[in-house]
Amino acid sequence: MHLYELPLWFALVGLALYTVLGGADFGAGFWQLVAGRGKQADEIRDEAHHAMAPVWEANHVWLIFVLTVVWTAYPAAFGSIASTLSIPLFIAGVGIVMRGGAYALRGGTRTAGEQRRVDTIFALSSVLTPFALGTVIGAIASERVHLGNPGGSLVTSWLNPTSIAIGVLAVASGAYTSAVFLSGDATRRGDRVLADRFRVRAIAAGVVAGAVAIAALIVLHFDAERIFRRLTQGPGLPALVASVIAGIATLALVWRRRYEPARYLAAVAVAATIVGWALAQNPVFLQGLTIREAAAGHDTLVAVVVAIVVGALLLFPSLALLFRLTLGGELRDSGQGSVETSVESRRRGLVNVRLDARLSVAFLVAGIGFLTVANAGWAHAIGVACFFGFILSGFRAALPPGIVDAD
Amino acid sequence: MTHLAAIVAALGPGEQKYLSQARQMQALSFAVHIPLVAFGIAFPAMILFVESRYLRTGDELYRTLARRWSRILAALFAAGVVTGTILSFELGLLWPNFTGTFGSVFGLGFAIEGFSFFMEAIFIGIYIYGWNRLSPRAHFASGIPIAIAGFTGSLTVISVNGWMNHPTHFRFSDGRVFDVNPWGALFGNSYFWHELVHMYLAGYMVAGFVLASAYGFGRLRGRWARYERTALAIPLAVATLASVAQVFIGDWNGREVATNQPTKLAAFEGLGKTTKGAPVHIVGWYTEGHVEYGIPLPHLLSLLAFHSTDATVQGLDAVPPADRPPVNVVRYAFQTMVGIGTGLALLSVVYLATRIRRRRLPESTWFYRALVAAGPLSVVALIAGWVTTEVGRQPWVVYQVMRTSEALTGADVIPVGYATLALVYLALAAGVAWVLLRLSRTPV
Repeated sequence: MHLYELPLWFALVGLALYTVLGGADFGAGFWQLVAGRGKQADEIRDEAHHAMAPVWEANHVWLIFVLTVVWTAYPAAFGSIASTLSIPLFIAGVGIVMRGGAYALRGGTRTAGEQRRVDTIFALSSVLTPFALGTVIGAIASERVHLGNPGGSLVTSWLNPTSIAIGVLAVASGAYTSAVFLSGDATRRGDRVLADRFRVRAIAAGVVAGAVAIAALIVLHFDAERIFRRLTQGPGLPALVASVIAGIATLALVWRRRYEPARYLAAVAVAATIVGWALAQNPVFLQGLTIREAAAGHDTLVAVVVAIVVGALLLFPSLALLFRLTLGGELRDSGQGSVETSVESRRRGLVNVRLDARLSVAFLVAGIGFLTVANAGWAHAIGVACFFGFILSGFRAALPPGIVDAD
Repeated sequence: MTHLAAIVAALGPGEQKYLSQARQMQALSFAVHIPLVAFGIAFPAMILFVESRYLRTGDELYRTLARRWSRILAALFAAGVVTGTILSFELGLLWPNFTGTFGSVFGLGFAIEGFSFFMEAIFIGIYIYGWNRLSPRAHFASGIPIAIAGFTGSLTVISVNGWMNHPTHFRFSDGRVFDVNPWGALFGNSYFWHELVHMYLAGYMVAGFVLASAYGFGRLRGRWARYERTALAIPLAVATLASVAQVFIGDWNGREVATNQPTKLAAFEGLGKTTKGAPVHIVGWYTEGHVEYGIPLPHLLSLLAFHSTDATVQGLDAVPPADRPPVNVVRYAFQTMVGIGTGLALLSVVYLATRIRRRRLPESTWFYRALVAAGPLSVVALIAGWVTTEVGRQPWVVYQVMRTSEALTGADVIPVGYATLALVYLALAAGVAWVLLRLSRTPV
């Protein structure tokens, strides 16, 4: 593996995770959209909301990660993609705003009717966004983007057979993984009836997603011959086979109500399609531009790799914690305190307000001296520190324990 | 590498038809996002302070307050996530030649910011949904990464802005970059620390005054129990102290601009000609090289910028007209920021004096009326401050290296996008306002 392709592999890992996790979120929105009316529909929408609410933000950051890595490490390619595919990217962006809006607004709803309105108005974005992002992948895969501003047609680059097929596939696979996940979540909460409803949806969506995937391959055969060849005969084949096997195995597990392993296999099935595409696409980035040609300079690539590795050391343990708590159902708000608060009443003695006030004035004077009167850089650094000292000691003076309470 | 020259040349600037719409669309997106950033910077720390008081005293009031605030934080953070996503899209959608040409220099800042964003999103999920599920100490601990990430996130984003204003650590010729040192460009830049401190304090001012103004409004309506007094005193303490410090931090910012971006400073003050012993004008209107109808304060600009009443301050005439920013926009944004900032600092001194010397909260109704105004005004000052520095950088997107017009997309669909985004943001703003109103009336 070369340095110039390393950041792209990281971006692809991010894209695969976004497709699985973000896809599951959009899938949950899809089921909210088609839930209909009535008590059963309310239960479906509630489950879809509550299972996703603690994790949706983290799931969406993967997209930001992909964007930032690509524009740092492959700037010219990013610029060409962004300007050529500005319409689908913009639609996806608006869709994400609406999806986030639904989560923000649901916090203020009081009745089932209000929740239904919020869910359905905003859930349309759950179809629009994955479709639009799928068309972007289709545009790149069928080599309809070349270098330039814009580098290709603003319309046919993403409204073409390959793009539409991959867009539909993105919606269907999101609905599928989401239904599998929600079946498992409902089972874990002991709601067998709801789990069975999602099970039916998972099986139906799985069959549809499989059919769409086959149709997409046929479309690729006619519309994106290079990718098709490399996917069915070349380096992409193992990933394609893995995806097919994982997809069928997931269906079998869902059929037997074994949701826990099904959840992971569904993720593998979706992620494998991304890997397959990447292997088939390599070494071409855009039409007439290889990954090597698109890569930034050596120092930037090293910097990106270092930043990602260090960031990942922080990120993955944190994500593991979040998912352990979420998948274990520990973040589901039960509406009442289930933890006995075991706090000790350790009142700090009333601090001397006057001392803190004097200290803060001293910091202020020193800060003005170092920052405003003096001109050297080191003096400014001390000055800034003094101002923070001013704020902290002033805060203690303005808010000593018990003062507000005693009013 | 030989291909790269052809590549970047091929990317090139787009048509200029929609430059002003693109800039307005970008400005709208920032104006919506930046107040949310202010809350991202300051609100987690305030909530954690309240929760720490609960851990210390076991007083349920603090727990209730922290919980209610954390619900507000959740709604604001959701809006911040999605509006921030829009911004990252727009860097490519509106300015592909900027990202395409300089992505390898500044992009790293956003890549690191992405991780801050991740940590915020992950721990907000745990914190908000963990109130009843985690032990009190574990719950408090889960909030700490949110506060840290709020700071590191703004640090990396502002490092990019600092680089755009003071681009270093690369060579640029024939439309492509050479010898890029991304770490140096972002963090080895002397011209960004003042901006970071300025924005960090602004975050505390905005979050503090907006919260305090809501409870101040409640007091005018007669809601003034111990809960409301506590909820007012904490953010107000932070905001008022930050306001006093901001006077001096702002002055430092002005001096940095005077040294590094003299044309921008000249636009702040409407200084047409290079002047020895330059004055400051309050209000008035810049036209044909000077400020008309303004109130002059002789020598003050020289004194503020260079600590000498006779110092020479470079005027707008030092650069050709095509290289000057739109003076009146910058100047009025600057005057708005400074005017509101001064007013908030005066209000702060009144508050702190009453609070610390008399050990009580102010009792005058006028104080609370002013406080109600202070919340929205602090948001106006925040946006005016960003207009000052961003419009003040024009016509450059990368100062004296690339013009904003050269960065523009060639995809001529901007007006439709602009209109759509404006409508969506209007709906989002209405929605968030509705939620906040609901939350303010819903007991935990």
